[in-house]
Amino acid sequence: MDKAKSKKVVSYNKWGYIFLIPFVVVYCVFQLVPLASTFYNSLFENYRSGLTQVGPNFVGFQNYVKLFTNGDLLIYAKNTMIMWILGFVPQILVSLLLGAWFSDPSLRLKYQRFFKTVIYLPNLIMASAFAMLFFTLFSESGPINSILLNLGIISAPYKFMSHVWSVRGLVALMNFIMWFGNTTILLMAGMMGIDPSLYEAAQVDGATATQIFFQITLPLLRPILLYVMITSLIGGLQMFDVPQILTNGTGDPVRSSMTLIMYLNKHLYSKNYGLGGALSVLLFIITGILSLIVFRINTRTSK
Amino acid sequence: MEKNTNKKAKGLPIGARRAIAYAVLILVSLLCLIWFYILFINATRSKGELTRGFTPIPSTHLIQNLKNGVFHGTLPFVRGMLNSLFVAGCSAVLCTYFSTMTAYAIHVYNFRFKKFMSTFILAVMMIPTQVTALGFLQLVGKMKLEDNFIPLIVPAVAAPVTYFYMKQYMESTLPLSLIEAARIDGSGEFRTFNTITLPLMKPAIAVQAIFTFVSSWNNYFIPALVLHKDKMKTLPILIAQLRSADFLKFNMGHVYAAIAFSIFPVIVVYLILSKYIVGGTTLGGVKG
Repeated sequence: MDKAKSKKVVSYNKWGYIFLIPFVVVYCVFQLVPLASTFYNSLFENYRSGLTQVGPNFVGFQNYVKLFTNGDLLIYAKNTMIMWILGFVPQILVSLLLGAWFSDPSLRLKYQRFFKTVIYLPNLIMASAFAMLFFTLFSESGPINSILLNLGIISAPYKFMSHVWSVRGLVALMNFIMWFGNTTILLMAGMMGIDPSLYEAAQVDGATATQIFFQITLPLLRPILLYVMITSLIGGLQMFDVPQILTNGTGDPVRSSMTLIMYLNKHLYSKNYGLGGALSVLLFIITGILSLIVFRINTRTSK
Repeated sequence: MEKNTNKKAKGLPIGARRAIAYAVLILVSLLCLIWFYILFINATRSKGELTRGFTPIPSTHLIQNLKNGVFHGTLPFVRGMLNSLFVAGCSAVLCTYFSTMTAYAIHVYNFRFKKFMSTFILAVMMIPTQVTALGFLQLVGKMKLEDNFIPLIVPAVAAPVTYFYMKQYMESTLPLSLIEAARIDGSGEFRTFNTITLPLMKPAIAVQAIFTFVSSWNNYFIPALVLHKDKMKTLPILIAQLRSADFLKFNMGHVYAAIAFSIFPVIVVYLILSKYIVGGTTLGGVKG
């Protein structure tokens, strides 16, 4: 009996492989093969200089050496991190606050659905169109300057696009607006999952809302905060659409808002496959390591 | 009862805390919406009105701006929208169907590489598409698929994030006894998947279809590298072209109309479906 049954199960189980075929085939063709060939390309000198094609010649790890010694990489990595932090810090603070309010039963906020709908909205907007919108709104003759002039806050139009920190600030502002709603909803779901009896006990003991937040909510929320941080960090490393469109791909002023992926995009357009490949592999490794480090730090402190 | 304990607690009274919460919520809501409000106003104003500075009242030139800036403008926005609709629609269908199938394979069957596959898919979930873009582009070039929608649609079949969501949902809604019952009734495995599993998964499929659609609709990096012919371009590429064109030449009313044309349809659809979207983000994303 038992043997017959298990034989039957095995015969069904071949369908497990069959149903996996589409995923495996497409993943191999469009992800694994490109990943391997990206790595392969990074070992060759292969670019166009004017009309002449140089390479492909095997150069080992020279592309990586070049990437680090010409100095651009570190500048762009710094830019990316600065803009990510500028957006992420307010994002996590506002999200924690809103999440705590939304999930606080004693506060009984009305119109929660409306507010959640509104703050989540920017997340679905086409980043390129949003960046284009910001470019027109903050241009020299745009409505923001016009409003600021009318209110008497400034006496001459402010050139948002020609100052380092205003461009970085705008990129960070856009990232903040686009992502804090998403983060709020994630954190709120985490807060809802906390055992309500903990809150009740704290309230009976006379704890204030602030104390409850810092002593109960925050420590218990660590795994979700970690998740939010990792995903946001990896998302931050991929920052492209917003600064690309806002600065028309130049990363101006003086490449101060040029991100790593914009740099990669430049190599891809100019068909510099050697350096582009090295940069891709580097980003692949950084993405992996960063998520590991953040993960480690958080598990250690919680023990 | 609870109110009493609240009142006894130290710190701000509940009324004041509620007032602060509402004030901040209204503030951040304004921060989210004001850009689209200004966009709408400016899309209704003519070139002359726009140079005179900003006013909060809409004008009457919306139709004219749409006509001259979008429908008969220098850039093919209508074609771009149709292209975007096609690519995003196909991606959403393929992605949800095959992700459900992948999740089904892992959820229902027992086979030797099951553990390996499920860990593998979770491990690669974090890999951004940008880091393989170089190899991807070379592959597309070799397959002669440039200026073709296939490289933008087919990769959606292998979507680890959607798979993960589907699997989470399946664990809570698809009992294995149901599959067993279908087998006893003589239903083939493939038919069981299509006629029993898929209908049960409808809520999850709807949520993921929306998300896949939106992310494909908004995607700029890969399409910009694959599509070069004007009539194949999707909306984000055209928006980027609008940015790189000589700005002073443009009638700003037309520019605003074009941006509005690519943003507002998504907003309208979002408002209709917001119930599913806002709830859906948390359904599978963070469980436990």
